[in-house]
Amino acid sequence: MNQFQYVRATKPQGAIDAVAKDPTAKFIAGGTNLVDLMKRGIMTPQKLVDINRLPLAKIERQDKGLRLGALALNSAVANDALVRQHQPLLALALNAGASPQLRNMATVGGNMLQRTRCSYFYDLTMPCNKREPGSGCGALEGINRMHAIFGASDKCIAVHPSDMSVALVALDATVLVSGPKGDRRIAFADFHRLPGDTPEKDTNLEAGELITAVDIPDGPFTKHVHYQKVRERASYAFALVSTAAALDLDGNTIKAARLAMGGVAHKPWRLTAAEQSLVGQPATEASFRRAAEVAMQGAKAFKHNAYKLKLGPNTIVQALRTAAAA
Amino acid sequence: MNAEPEQASPHDDSRRTFLKQSSVLTAMALVPSPVVTAAAAELDEKVAAAFEKIPLSLKVNGTKHKLQVEPRTTLLDLLREQLHLTGTKKGCDYGQCGACTVHVDGQRVNSCLSFAVMHDGQEITTIEGLAKGDDLHPMQEAFVKHDGFQCGYCTPGQIMSAVACVREGHAGSEGEIREYMSGNICRCGAYSNIVAAIQDVKQGGQKV
Repeated sequence: MNQFQYVRATKPQGAIDAVAKDPTAKFIAGGTNLVDLMKRGIMTPQKLVDINRLPLAKIERQDKGLRLGALALNSAVANDALVRQHQPLLALALNAGASPQLRNMATVGGNMLQRTRCSYFYDLTMPCNKREPGSGCGALEGINRMHAIFGASDKCIAVHPSDMSVALVALDATVLVSGPKGDRRIAFADFHRLPGDTPEKDTNLEAGELITAVDIPDGPFTKHVHYQKVRERASYAFALVSTAAALDLDGNTIKAARLAMGGVAHKPWRLTAAEQSLVGQPATEASFRRAAEVAMQGAKAFKHNAYKLKLGPNTIVQALRTAAAA
Repeated sequence: MNAEPEQASPHDDSRRTFLKQSSVLTAMALVPSPVVTAAAAELDEKVAAAFEKIPLSLKVNGTKHKLQVEPRTTLLDLLREQLHLTGTKKGCDYGQCGACTVHVDGQRVNSCLSFAVMHDGQEITTIEGLAKGDDLHPMQEAFVKHDGFQCGYCTPGQIMSAVACVREGHAGSEGEIREYMSGNICRCGAYSNIVAAIQDVKQGGQKV
């Protein structure tokens, strides 16, 4: 691993200043992805600013929602009574991700900022525009079984690996950040980016900006929710495809729906049109199947991931079916 | 280093000096030549600073340690190489196998994916800290009783994770145990017996 300078921040502003003035510096919180990437030489920060001592780990009630501190651990959020009561979909998504040990280390902010697990991003001997802009995409004509079916570009077809983020985008969360130019709020759907011509940028965070919290507005989605994750073993694997589904039912009629997919795009993939197709419909197999068809419009497979064109809609239907029965 | 007597304290000055020297030598040996060249040409303060060791206080298995560590030392490497607690195993070293599982302030974590300096002031429990003298921890006894291992390499991590699994209240059923032990891989495939050991401890109601 490369040498680096280590500093421990005691105040958010100190951490922001340290990273803003040094382009080779990175924040470190749980470290579960960054340490992995540093060991492999994929990321080589010259300075690490340890933010674990910052007072940003609270999970609390706000006027009209929940606020998750950026340093709240994934396990703490998943087990939190307020989260389970008000946003059970988030708890389900978190518990579908990683392992108990990793959830005890990984934070809310770090989970959002984890890098893709595309095998070409991880293989230093292969080209990757995300790792080394301009070097090409190894996955485009390579083994692309795990890759995107939505929103890809000819520069990058990687997918975002977070489960938590799929739930948060479905739940209309907002990301709170502080940076050299002050504080701002970013809608969760606008936080991650599509690859376009700049796949090296995963998010719309600017240099030195620090995630401080995530706000989730209260909603009616406290009962009929499900996170359906399909993976190649029963647990502790990244999603082939996943779906976060939340329904607000009046009897058997759908009053409102939230849907998002993971494992299909460079960002957590909100399915707004499919949600709209469900409103006013009965919570039946036929409605779910129609929503899944709407959801898959515009999907495009590569050589090895055409299975996602079938697995995707099936996962959506299964998620909706389970949510309705919950 | 293995020839040193077991009783030698990690605090011992001569050992600390020796470790300091040897790890600096190791670090020098690992620095890629372009970095050394750059450092020599520009006296890059970042490279110089990166060589500096950082003071670190840890309580490990009830014993307080005052240490000096290079920033890039993982908690796993600190435990194994500096404190000579080799019960905690390095399997994959990338957080995928769970062999390095220890408890930090009572919570199970992968010690390979964490820099030691991040744990200043915290309390670490390793597999060596579970037994009370010659009395095995109930989970250790259960693993022996149920043959919860073959080669034994993943076992320290399995046991640390299993203790946490019961403490967390995630050992309510076979399915729940399997889900909450999924971060520990056993290539010998002793899973059924590991689950049986955990169920035995859980049902025995002993304090873990």
